[in-house]
Amino acid sequence: MRYAMAIDTKKCVGCGDCVVACQTENNVPIGYCRDWIVENVAGSYPNVEVELRSERCNHCDNSPCVRCCPTGASHIVEGGIVKVTHDECIGCGACIQSCPYDARYSHPEGYVDKCTFCDHRLAKGQTTACVAVCPTSCLYFGDLEDPNSDVSKALKNRSWKVLAPEAGTKPQLYFLT
Amino acid sequence: MKTRRDFIKISAAGAGAATLGLSSLSWNGVNKLYASGDQESVSDEEMTAHSTYCEVCFWKCAGWTYVDKKGSIRKIIGNQEDPHCNGRLCPRGTGGVGMYTDEDRLKTPLIRETVNGKQGFRKASWEEALDLVASKMKGVSDKYGPEAFALFNHGSPGSHFKHLFHAYGSGNEGEPAWAQCRGPREVGFGATFGSWIGSPEPTDIRDTKCLVLIGAHLGENMHNGQVQEMSTAIDRGATIITVDPRLSTAASKSKYWLPIKPATDIALLLSWIHVLIYEELYDKDYIEKYAVGFEQLKEHVKNNTPEWAYGITTINPDLIRKTAREMAAASPATIVHPGRHVAWYGDDSQRERAIAILNALLGSWGRRGGFYFKEAISVPKFPHPKYPHHKWDWKDNLDGKYPLSAMGITQELLKASIPEYGYKHQIKSWIVAGTNLPLTIPNKELFQMAAESVDFIAVVDTMPMDITGYADVILPECTYLERYDYIRSAPHREPSIALRAPAVKPKYDTKPSWWIAKQLGERLGLGEYYKYDDIEEVLEWQLKKMGTSLAEMKKIGVKKFPRKSGGLYLLPNEDYHFNTSTGKIELYSFEFLDHGFDPMPNFTEHPQPEEGFYRLIYGRAPMHTFSRTSNNPNLADLMDENSVWVNPKVADIWELKNGQEVWLQNQDGVVSTFPIKVRVTERIRWDSVYMVHGFGNSNKKLKRAYGRGASDSELITNVMIDPQMGGTGMRGNFVTFIKEKPEEEVKS
Repeated sequence: MRYAMAIDTKKCVGCGDCVVACQTENNVPIGYCRDWIVENVAGSYPNVEVELRSERCNHCDNSPCVRCCPTGASHIVEGGIVKVTHDECIGCGACIQSCPYDARYSHPEGYVDKCTFCDHRLAKGQTTACVAVCPTSCLYFGDLEDPNSDVSKALKNRSWKVLAPEAGTKPQLYFLT
Repeated sequence: MKTRRDFIKISAAGAGAATLGLSSLSWNGVNKLYASGDQESVSDEEMTAHSTYCEVCFWKCAGWTYVDKKGSIRKIIGNQEDPHCNGRLCPRGTGGVGMYTDEDRLKTPLIRETVNGKQGFRKASWEEALDLVASKMKGVSDKYGPEAFALFNHGSPGSHFKHLFHAYGSGNEGEPAWAQCRGPREVGFGATFGSWIGSPEPTDIRDTKCLVLIGAHLGENMHNGQVQEMSTAIDRGATIITVDPRLSTAASKSKYWLPIKPATDIALLLSWIHVLIYEELYDKDYIEKYAVGFEQLKEHVKNNTPEWAYGITTINPDLIRKTAREMAAASPATIVHPGRHVAWYGDDSQRERAIAILNALLGSWGRRGGFYFKEAISVPKFPHPKYPHHKWDWKDNLDGKYPLSAMGITQELLKASIPEYGYKHQIKSWIVAGTNLPLTIPNKELFQMAAESVDFIAVVDTMPMDITGYADVILPECTYLERYDYIRSAPHREPSIALRAPAVKPKYDTKPSWWIAKQLGERLGLGEYYKYDDIEEVLEWQLKKMGTSLAEMKKIGVKKFPRKSGGLYLLPNEDYHFNTSTGKIELYSFEFLDHGFDPMPNFTEHPQPEEGFYRLIYGRAPMHTFSRTSNNPNLADLMDENSVWVNPKVADIWELKNGQEVWLQNQDGVVSTFPIKVRVTERIRWDSVYMVHGFGNSNKKLKRAYGRGASDSELITNVMIDPQMGGTGMRGNFVTFIKEKPEEEVKS
């Protein structure tokens, strides 16, 4: 099993609903976030292009945050989800520095926090909070090893890219272009 | 001159007045939701879900409010059965929990008082506040007649106060939704198809093959169902054509972006009509069967060639032809979207007529992928005595002006409040429920004059907005998550109803509007209109009549009903009666002609900015609804101020940098109260600037929103009135940049 997410940049309107839904689902304190929106503008008027992306932890196959964690708090669970055990985290921030996606933040209570792909929801057969709420249905989630999963189907017929491939982290967020 | 309602002065008086005011109530600003230290997620099964429909905007999506075992609201999730949201709320709906947790909420009734010459608010009991409002209503009624009391309203609270006002004997009510927003499109489409667009719009976007947006920025205006369907249309390969001086989000998803010179839309529309007719691309059978006035229209647009439009709109003639042909190729599954906030240049009903005519030529009204025939179910009226006849209302002050206005015109109610305008009938007092007038109605000076002229203002709101600073009595409403309201019934493909039930008890000393209105009614001797103790009785009675019950609705939240009015679309060759004077689609409007207006739209030139000035364009951000969400902790977290979009060429001339703060000054010398940060971007023309509406709040009680960004409303002093329906065209204002902090004006 390999969980992954595809984000359709042709549909994302950058509304930020994924951010609020994640905050309320996961009790992320106001002022912090586990997912966020990026707007890229290219070209010059009137030949301008905008790409909107909903971003979060890439749950990398080759994850520098896990490798650099001195306590083992950062670890990988079934399906390739990168998690942080709050009790084991000393808040040193090495993982924050190592992440090429700036996907982690220091929680005000002293530990490092990040996207969990809502594994508490997956355990109940639900999808992630951001995928469930997205008004444009531009987020696709599922098991890459299952050809019938939403994410596999989304990737099948579309061109896509990953962010910062040069970092060699084998990221698992795929941006449909 | 009376200055007791000079809001700015109250704030500027500093500690003295402020201490007397809201801050004397010593709320500690702790938000339990995220100060609890409880960071774990709670599974849905461990919570109770309560049915609601959203009040953060007018789309009114149905959802479930999840409450944990400690009684805290944890999240709000869309109702899967709801046609407005299909189980997916927008960021505002998801962040609606912040309307409840906001520690700056109004917490208790407040009464204005003057101590040692300084004005402020003091805490009051509901008894005292309601007695005072009722006595004012009685006083006005005795002295001038109940008609002299006006209601300004928006959203769900409005319906409770409308009932009160009708029972009391006043028909003077206005909501910005008409003259400041969508009135012109209702008039334009009404005159053409005999049907309003209404809300939600019956645009069949999910099945469209070509969606044309003219200044409508779906995705930034997060009208949930439409945004969802636009996404479906993108998946299905629909062509999107966007006309906008700014590369809106929708424009960035479009096959064609037409960066039109602002204020020239009618020229483009006429040239599209010209191409459809003279290239014989229009739906001939449809026009022959359903429309009148084709020959007049053909003659009318004879000279409106794309080359003619080029010089006016700056849009290349080839592009005009190409896009017209795309629309025709996709027709009748083409939507030329009517837009929603369309009060732009004062000829807005005529522009909407042109849009409606274009749709008619494409045969899209009543066709799959065009406009479907909407249907709503009517909710039975809870029995009450007949409303008394009122002797006059806002229409009687107009002497025949704005004959097609079907709803109260807010700015006319303001003028009737100012004796200097010499209106036949004068307004003496107001109740304002759920609308932040100073940031909603253009020309703040008019608003301030009116506010200072009337004898009494009561404001019903959940937040200390700018409007509450003008109140004599503030009645704090609980949020939609803490109250019942009337059943939501809105037109859609399938009729449906939704229930709003309280998820938690009202926080602080706040009350629902139905209760506030009822209390006032009873104090005014109108108990016959309120023959129930609790609104649950009304809802139960209505729901039983509709074949369901309060208990069932609490479980399902949304109930759908079968259509009774026929199909969603016209059948092939179906005879159909349009609700116009001719029973046909009127390409040539006899209604307009009868009232002395052009029966077919004409292009009129509008002023363009002088050198050094830029047209002020404003719009929406997906995470905010006007100013009402600007202090919401969850939504302010996403966006806590607006910026002014400036083309890089303009930024070069002015030596403006990204993030630099500037003040904006308009053509009438009005300077923004607060500075706004510059956003240098290629996404806008060089003759325009853009900002999101709803920021620049002046009420210091809004800790997150006060002074954040600038208010477009205060820079809108040139208002062009729509002669058909009184709409306030607001896009004829030009601003320039002030880079150093302007000196404060000292009022004597």
